[in-house]
Amino acid sequence: MIAFQLNGRAISVDATDDTPLLWVIRDIAGLKGTKFGCGIGMCGACTVHIDGRAIRACITSVSAVADAAITTIEGLDPNGQHPLQKAWVKTQAPQCGYCQSGQIMQAATLLKDFPNPTDADINAIMGGNLCRCMAYARIRRAIKMAAEELGTAKTHG
Amino acid sequence: MGRFSSPGLVSRRGFLIGASGAGFTLAFVRPGLGVASPSATIAARAFEPTIWYHIDRDGIVTVNVAKAEMGQHVGTALARIIADELEANWDSVRLNYVDTDPKWGFMVTGGSWSVSQSYDSLSRSGAAGRMALIEEGAKLLGVAKDTCKARNSVVSAAGKSISYADIVRKGDISRSFSPGDLQKISLKKATERRLIGADTQAIDIPAKTDGTARYGIDAEIAGMVYARPKIPPTRYGSKVISIDDAAAKSVKGYIKAIALEDPSDTVPGWVMVFADSYSAAIDASEKVKVDWTAGDTAGVSEQDVLNHGSKLIDDSQAGALVVADEGVEKAFASAKSTLEQVYTTSSVLHFQLEPVNALAVEKNGIWEIHTGNQWQSLILPVLAKALGVGEDKIVMRTYLIGGGFGRRLNGDYAVPAALAAKALGKPVKMICTRADDARFDSVRSPSVQRLRMAFGESGAVIGMEHHAAAGWPTQVMAPALMPKGANGAPYDPFAIAGADHWYSVGAHRVRAISNDLANRAFRPGWLRSVGPGWTNWALESFMDEAAHAAGIDPVAFRLRLLDAKGKNAGVAPISVGGAARQANALRRVAEKAGWGAAMPKDTGLGVATTFGQERTMPTWSACVARVRVDRKSGVVKLEKLTVVIDAGTIVHPDGALAQAEGASLWGASMALHEGTEFVNGNVKDTNLNTYTPLRMGDVPEMDIEFIASTEAPVGLGEPATTVVGPAIGNAIFAAVGARLRHIPIRPDAVLKALAG
Repeated sequence: MIAFQLNGRAISVDATDDTPLLWVIRDIAGLKGTKFGCGIGMCGACTVHIDGRAIRACITSVSAVADAAITTIEGLDPNGQHPLQKAWVKTQAPQCGYCQSGQIMQAATLLKDFPNPTDADINAIMGGNLCRCMAYARIRRAIKMAAEELGTAKTHG
Repeated sequence: MGRFSSPGLVSRRGFLIGASGAGFTLAFVRPGLGVASPSATIAARAFEPTIWYHIDRDGIVTVNVAKAEMGQHVGTALARIIADELEANWDSVRLNYVDTDPKWGFMVTGGSWSVSQSYDSLSRSGAAGRMALIEEGAKLLGVAKDTCKARNSVVSAAGKSISYADIVRKGDISRSFSPGDLQKISLKKATERRLIGADTQAIDIPAKTDGTARYGIDAEIAGMVYARPKIPPTRYGSKVISIDDAAAKSVKGYIKAIALEDPSDTVPGWVMVFADSYSAAIDASEKVKVDWTAGDTAGVSEQDVLNHGSKLIDDSQAGALVVADEGVEKAFASAKSTLEQVYTTSSVLHFQLEPVNALAVEKNGIWEIHTGNQWQSLILPVLAKALGVGEDKIVMRTYLIGGGFGRRLNGDYAVPAALAAKALGKPVKMICTRADDARFDSVRSPSVQRLRMAFGESGAVIGMEHHAAAGWPTQVMAPALMPKGANGAPYDPFAIAGADHWYSVGAHRVRAISNDLANRAFRPGWLRSVGPGWTNWALESFMDEAAHAAGIDPVAFRLRLLDAKGKNAGVAPISVGGAARQANALRRVAEKAGWGAAMPKDTGLGVATTFGQERTMPTWSACVARVRVDRKSGVVKLEKLTVVIDAGTIVHPDGALAQAEGASLWGASMALHEGTEFVNGNVKDTNLNTYTPLRMGDVPEMDIEFIASTEAPVGLGEPATTVVGPAIGNAIFAAVGARLRHIPIRPDAVLKALAG
């Protein structure tokens, strides 16, 4: 049994050590918001957080996350109202939507590291997340919008 | 109209409104069905609706959507067309994406047809509902109906008002409209539209930001097992000799591996590896060894396919004459000068991010197929053949689609899941890994095209020929939909559209040729805009070369040919204005992009214009690309795309813009970033380590404009795809004088062209 935290809850799973975390999240824990895209860590659809850092769940074995705290799109905000999620709706960023959980999770760590990201920061950090509908311009706009909201909140908080 | 049109035949259908359950159902009826007692007909469900909606006691309007939601927000657009005429409060509108059922008619989502083909029917159904609600509301208010108006789900007159909800609760609507009545309804003037053309948020979007949206890959059923295929060495003709699963038995959760027997011959030679989890199925499948005899295309390469296409073009008897004007030979014989060039395009993967998958289960004699699909009516008969049951014993459950782009028009991936479930006697969830998906993809066929032009005096164009050879998706998957050319030969309209352009070029000949080697080596697919993705690469690159050969500015050259005369004058309502509207889009894009301005060193502007996809549903499109070319490395930097589109009435402007943004970038990606090739009968690139679609950092500045119009709406999902590639190629020529005639354009090809 491998134990870890998933969206703030303790979970213990019976899976072989090398099972990719992606399938544990999706098929054992039943959280379907994290997606399977390429299986080699190059599309970003499976992006989740381990102890607050974005990783690719498709190439992370479950044994590597023992005792760690995993956050998925379902756990980013209790009401789905993280500034990024609100900005994603405001800019109408998703088309098919399949990559967007991963985009949002990647963007969340981007904003932690770069509270006021430049275009170059966004290109560098979001370059690993493929959007096949190519909604990139809106994703960029949504990230900047969320950065502004977070910045404003900080200034006034 | 489009060749698959199913709704839209309103002139032959009537409309019924009657009580059903806790509310009213509003439905079209087929001719011949009794309309004497609408409520009785509705209550008995004796109607044959292809489009209907329901209003309940709380005034909630539920619109049934028989179209696949794959990123185009189609449900929102269709519902807004109804709600506008219905004068419904938009906040009360809900969508219901339906499963397959014969009552929905022909189910297909593609060709950018959904809004264009449904617009009139949906508008009339909404208007009929509004009229009935006003009549009943007037009765309940005790006023004359002529004094009433409806707004925001409320009927009001002379200071009194009643909500749609109250009309449903207190009223007793039983109303029928004959086909003639429906046609007589005058639809709202453009200035009276309240929802169409106004921005809104797409109903499907919030669930796509919090992990709650459900795609086919998320479907589960108790007791299901997982499967991953082992895909044979050739698309057709492979046979399993033996399966050795000894090594797989060490994988925890492994169940077994079997060769599928497929009466429909959709997936010949497939082996399925089963396990109790998908990761175990992947592990086990890597350890299962299968020996196959391969089909006869095991050695086929990309160059073989292109060479075969060239050979077919050389044979003047091959193919179908799609445009067959008299006098082509004469024009070329009398020409002052002629121009001839050959253009090619590489294989392109759909690479929709959700790999193809399906869950199949039999419940009480009914097969349920859970999967996202764009063309249910195409795959249902194939599934029936594969399973040996009637189509009435199969239901396709509807899910969001994690990327369509035409891949899911071909539902072949549902077949192995169904066969596996039947063989195992258990529910089976089959998922292709990314590499499986790529190898099984219905790729955009490589193409080869030869274009010729005959010039008279002063650069006047007096004749033109366009010969195109490629794999034909419609021939392989839906041959009944192929029209015949002037020489009696059938052809795939989607594989040649674009070549039948709106330029007046004198005597014009267009010949479409099926590349039979392509059709055998793989299953050619419909990929975002299909043929216009390659025909316009050739046509618009060639137009540029022709302009330069004639010594005329490329915009001016095209404008001269877009004279809107004769067959290019257009036909109301869909193509009203004809080539004049294309010319207008071209002039506007040139103006916006600063056409003719001096450019920095090694930087250039290139132009292209198309009519989107089909002459019968033209979306007038024009693009100027600005590129900078690095002469040392051959790398092309796409700096800016300016795009102007006349798509008639725009129902959902922000959704339209999103489609145009995505389609433009697809065009850029296929021109500069992505493409694969066949090697030994299979695509060489099967994942993102070597297949390299456009990413965030490659996105150029984009300036996209829709021409304000109240003409009939046309398609939006694909047209922008068709103009961007040639605009980029032409911009490279403008920047550094290197002419590229193949996409994708790789740096080494630019260097080669620069070296002359």
